[in-house]
Amino acid sequence: MMNTLAKQDRWLLFGFALAVLAGPVLLKPFGAGYPDLLQKFCIFGIFAIGYNILFGLTGYLSFGHAAFLGIGSYTAVWSFKLLTMNVLPAILLSVLLTSVFALLIGYICLRRSGIYFSILTLAFAQMAYNMAYSVLTPITNGETGLQLAKDDLRAVDKFFGVAIQDGIPSTNFFGMSLVGYSGFYFCAVLLILSFYVSMRITRSPFGLMLKAVKSNQNRLKYTGINTRSYALMAFVISGCFAGLAGAMLAVTDPLAGADRMHWSASGEVVLMTILGGVGTLLGPVIGAGVIKYLENIFSSFNEQILNGVFGFLPDALQHPVVKFVGLFVGEGWELTLGVLFLVLIIFVPGGLMQGLQSLQRRLFPSQPTPAADAARGAH
Amino acid sequence: MAALEVSGLKKSFGGLKALNDVNLSVQFGTVHAIIGPNGAGKSTLLNAFVGRLIPDSGSVVFDGISLVGLQPHEINQAGVVRVFQTPEIFGELSLLDNVLIPAFSHRDGEFQLNGWSRAAEQAQVHEVAKHMLEDVGLFAKRNTIANSLSRGDKRRLELAMCLAQEPKLLLLDEPTAGMSRADTNSTIDLLQRLGDGKVTKIIIEHDMHVVFSLAEKISVMAQGAIIAEGAPDAIKTDPRVQEAYLGGAHL
Repeated sequence: MMNTLAKQDRWLLFGFALAVLAGPVLLKPFGAGYPDLLQKFCIFGIFAIGYNILFGLTGYLSFGHAAFLGIGSYTAVWSFKLLTMNVLPAILLSVLLTSVFALLIGYICLRRSGIYFSILTLAFAQMAYNMAYSVLTPITNGETGLQLAKDDLRAVDKFFGVAIQDGIPSTNFFGMSLVGYSGFYFCAVLLILSFYVSMRITRSPFGLMLKAVKSNQNRLKYTGINTRSYALMAFVISGCFAGLAGAMLAVTDPLAGADRMHWSASGEVVLMTILGGVGTLLGPVIGAGVIKYLENIFSSFNEQILNGVFGFLPDALQHPVVKFVGLFVGEGWELTLGVLFLVLIIFVPGGLMQGLQSLQRRLFPSQPTPAADAARGAH
Repeated sequence: MAALEVSGLKKSFGGLKALNDVNLSVQFGTVHAIIGPNGAGKSTLLNAFVGRLIPDSGSVVFDGISLVGLQPHEINQAGVVRVFQTPEIFGELSLLDNVLIPAFSHRDGEFQLNGWSRAAEQAQVHEVAKHMLEDVGLFAKRNTIANSLSRGDKRRLELAMCLAQEPKLLLLDEPTAGMSRADTNSTIDLLQRLGDGKVTKIIIEHDMHVVFSLAEKISVMAQGAIIAEGAPDAIKTDPRVQEAYLGGAHL
C-alpha cells in the first residue's frame, strides 16, 4: 500500500510538472499562452500553495498574507538596487526576511484562534500597508513605488565588474536574462519545486499534525502535542512561500508598490484557495490560475469590444445590454468574480477539485479514484 | 508505592466548592475507581490532573513531577493520558491517522519538524497503530473517516489512541458510557489485559458492574470531597457510601 501511494505521488508530480512546462502550448487555445500571463499563474500558484499549508492544513484563516508578498517584493528590489541584478540573492533574502516577519507576526497572532486570529492578521497587514505609505517611505518610496534607477549602487555587480549597459539593467540568473519565455520557465521550475515541497509536507508526520490541528486542537493538546508550535511553523512556512512569490513578482517586473499589500490582495489568495479546493494539493494552483485568467479576460473588456460582441442586437436592445454587461467587465471585473464565487460556494462548496471528483465519479461510477484521493492528500 | 499523590486540592467556582480539600493516593500499577453521585466533582478532579483546570490550592504529584501549572501537552508527555467523557477524536481523519498521531507524539515528543519524511513509511509507528486498532477490534475499518463511527466505536477508538502513547497513568472518564453490554465486557477485558500491572489506571464510572470488575481500590466522592476509601468489598457495605451515593439503598 505504501509503495503504490508513493508511486501515485510520483505520477502526480510528474503530471503536474509536465502540464506546467507545457503551459505555453496547452493554454494557447485559451489565449493565455504568452509569458507575462503564464508567469502570473506560476507566481500566484506559489502564493496559493503556501497559503494552503496554513489555511488548508491547520485551518487558520489568515487575512493578511499579502503583507508577506509585499515584504518579499520590497526586499527583492532592494537587493537589485544595492547588491546585484542576479535574482538568486534577491530570492534568498526575500524568503529569509519574510520568515523573520512571519515568525514575529505569527507568534503574536497565534495567541488567538478562529475569527480573532483572522482579525489580528488583517490588522498587521493593514498596518504594513499604511506604514509603507507613511513612516516607511524612505524604504518603500511611498505611492510612486520602489523602482530601479540608473545610478543604483549594485555593489556586487560592480565588484565582479559586470558591464553596465545603457539604461536600467534587467534581472538575470547568473547571466541568463529572465525576459520572455526564460522568465516563465524560471517561474515554472519554482512552482514545480513549491508543489513538491508542499506534497512532502502534506505526506509527512509534521503534515499529519497540522491536519490534526484543524480537526481537533483540543484532543491534540491532550495527546502531548504543542499545537501552537505546529501552527506557528505552518505560518512561517506559508509566509516563506508568500515571500518567494513576492520576490518573483519583482524578478519579472522590478517594481514594488504598497498596493500589493492591500487587504484585497490578502482576500484574493483566500478566494484562490477556496475556489480550487481547500486542503488539496492541486486546488490552490488551479484556483490561482482560474482567477488570474478571468481577471485578465474580463478586465480587458471595454465598451467598444462589448458593442462589437452585441452588435447583432437591435440598437434599442444593444445599448442597455452593453451597459449592463459593462458593469461586470473592465474595472468591475471583480463583480464577475463575486458572482462566480457565489455560484461555486452554493453548488460545489469543496471547490473545483471536489467538482472534478464528483464529475469523475459520475462518469466512471465503478472505478475508484486514486488520483483524486492522492490529490486530496489522503494517506 | 504511590504513583499519584494528591493533597489538599481545592477549587471553587463562585460560591460552589467543586473540590473541597481532596486528598488521594493512587498506588503504582493498580486500578483505582472514583465513584460518586453526579456533581460530586469527579470530572473536575480529572480536569485538575490534566491541566484543563488550575486548582486554587493544593498539589498533584505524579511520578515525582508536580503537575499543577504545567501545560496539558506537558502533562501528557509526562505519561498522564486521559480518555474523555464524550469521545475526543480527529473526526475528519481516518482511524489509522487517529492512532498514528498519538503514536508519533509518543515517539517524537511535543514538537518535531519532520516535514520531509513520509508518514506512510514509518514502519515502527505503523506497527503500533495497527496493533492498537486490532486490540479494540477496529482494524478492518482503518481507512474510514472517524466521524462515521458509532458512539461506542468512537469510545474504543479514543481508547486505542490513548493506549498508542503507552501511558503510565491512564485516566478514564466513564469509558463504557453508551456502550452495549457486549462492548462493555470487551472493554473491561481490554482494560484488564492492558499494561500487565505496569499502567496505573483511574476510572470514573457509574456502571457498578465495570467498577467491581476492575477496581482494586475505590474512593467515593460527594460534594467535592472524598468521603470513603477502601477495597471494593469494604465500600459495598460502608453505610456512609450507601447514604451519600445510593440514598440508603443496598447494593
